[in-house]
Amino acid sequence: MKPFGGNVLFLDRSDINTDEIIPAKYLTEISKEALKPHLLEDLKLEGFEVSRDLKDKSAIVTRKNFGCGSSREHAPWALEVNGIHIVVAENFARIFRQNMFNCGMLAVELPGETIDELFRIFGTSETVVEVDFENDRLTFSNGKTTKTYSYQLSPFDKTLVKAGGWVEYADAKY
Amino acid sequence: MAKTIAEKIFDAHEVDRPFPDVRVLRLDRVFCHEITTPTAIDDLIRRGKDRVFDPDKIKAVIDHVSPAKDEKTALQGKILRDWARRHGIKDFFDIGSNGVCHALFPEKGFIRPGFTVIMGDSHTCTHGAFGAFAAGVGTTDLEVGILKGVCAFRSPKSMRINLVGHPPKGVFAKDIILGVIGKIGVNGATDRVIEFHGPVISAMSMESRMTLCNMAVEAGATSGICQPDETTVEYLWPFIKGEYSSRKKALEDFSQWKSDPDAAYEQVIDFDVSTLEPLVTFGYKPDQVKPVREMEGTRVDQVYIGSCTNGRYEDLDEAASVLKGKKIHPNIRGILAPATPDVFRKAVETGIIKIFLDAGFCVTNPTCGACLGMSNGVLAPGEVCASTTNRNFNGRMGKGGMIHLMSPATAAATAIAGVITNSPLYTK
Repeated sequence: MKPFGGNVLFLDRSDINTDEIIPAKYLTEISKEALKPHLLEDLKLEGFEVSRDLKDKSAIVTRKNFGCGSSREHAPWALEVNGIHIVVAENFARIFRQNMFNCGMLAVELPGETIDELFRIFGTSETVVEVDFENDRLTFSNGKTTKTYSYQLSPFDKTLVKAGGWVEYADAKY
Repeated sequence: MAKTIAEKIFDAHEVDRPFPDVRVLRLDRVFCHEITTPTAIDDLIRRGKDRVFDPDKIKAVIDHVSPAKDEKTALQGKILRDWARRHGIKDFFDIGSNGVCHALFPEKGFIRPGFTVIMGDSHTCTHGAFGAFAAGVGTTDLEVGILKGVCAFRSPKSMRINLVGHPPKGVFAKDIILGVIGKIGVNGATDRVIEFHGPVISAMSMESRMTLCNMAVEAGATSGICQPDETTVEYLWPFIKGEYSSRKKALEDFSQWKSDPDAAYEQVIDFDVSTLEPLVTFGYKPDQVKPVREMEGTRVDQVYIGSCTNGRYEDLDEAASVLKGKKIHPNIRGILAPATPDVFRKAVETGIIKIFLDAGFCVTNPTCGACLGMSNGVLAPGEVCASTTNRNFNGRMGKGGMIHLMSPATAAATAIAGVITNSPLYTK
């Protein structure tokens, strides 16, 4: 299983699409590693500076419909090679969400009010998230405040994360 | 129990239900292109599993960057080409026979009502126009599809959109789908199948239905679906005439793939197209939609007509009816990319290509190209493109570029005027 958790990058916008996560011109790369310097290169978000804000981050918290648009699995891969294995959002686009679990990564959905609270309490401070995968819990901490939230994963999604992805699971079963 | 078409297709294809909400489906078609497939092929080789579940059910095309523009795209093409040959995939389309996948594969008769289809491409939802369940997937799902012929989905939830009324002059399928997305939003159909119903659909060609279903994913939908009818049978007839004794028999058979009248929907929306105007997007999301008249006069540098949304013959014909006998504005770079060789050939034979050339358009070979900023019309920073494609995302056609999505007719009128303009101006 991949390691989950670490410093959090807050992206305060809905509908961040996969072209923003990794532009199409890099889809000609065959190696995942080549995607690394281009993550979030075209993100349209006021005040966001990719080189400054992405440094040492291992988790993303964002709003609604993250990963909409193209089916490119290069989006989760670009996150993966940057050490980001978990994205927390109010909801995800279907293909992106499936791609995350298919790669053994975590796409965690929390209610809108919880996401609001996360942005309110932690959004502007240096924050770390710890992931308790067995008990489906996230603990956010910025040194001043610590908050723990439960989340729900379907048994299938959990199985994929444990199996390391869908290829492993399907190959053993079908 | 009453069922939707998606539920019927799921029930007929289920091979496993490993968890209550997960349905593993048998696939009738796995489509492949050179951008998302090579990584799957590489991974299968690395795992010592370089096999395909059924070479007859896999169809492959080099379409996104063709001809190759550099070593990297040449390598992607080569990996797909070598793989197709190695596994005896006879329906493989390369230079000379290739075109934009979601225009080419329907044209070849590869889809039937009731089919399950996946491809590593989000606009796979296009094929739902034939009454199929067709969904875009990532490379991992594609890899398992290639190897095992199965894919997992959540149990389908459907929303029904009833399209009623008569579209006014200058309003086409593209305007209707932009109107629908503008109404429900880019997240409005996430994890749902959109069923398109109503007299507007009954009167629509298969090409227009594909335009509608193509953009279902822009509202987040898993698939867009139209119910099979006489129009579906007529389109498919050259491919199925050996299988059915008459069109009537084919229609009877296809009718098993229709939603029951009392099927349950998550949401039902009635959408009257009678009051619709030609529409255009104004921001970086496909649900940011305005009437063209409110955007009139907006500066444009390039007009692009093509793509899996609007690169079919009907689209070219629609644009040509506006362009005929006119010249495009000197500030405009006009690009036409017919979506497939057959579209191109027919447009040559009927004189449509000549209309475009005489008007000052450049005509390219069939390819996805500029739509996703990969080749054949990438924008410079600050430039604006009036485009018949499906996505206006920031940077999509080139970093710093701006895209306004519109119908082929509006794009043609815009090319003539040099600024965003309503097509009825030129079709009076």
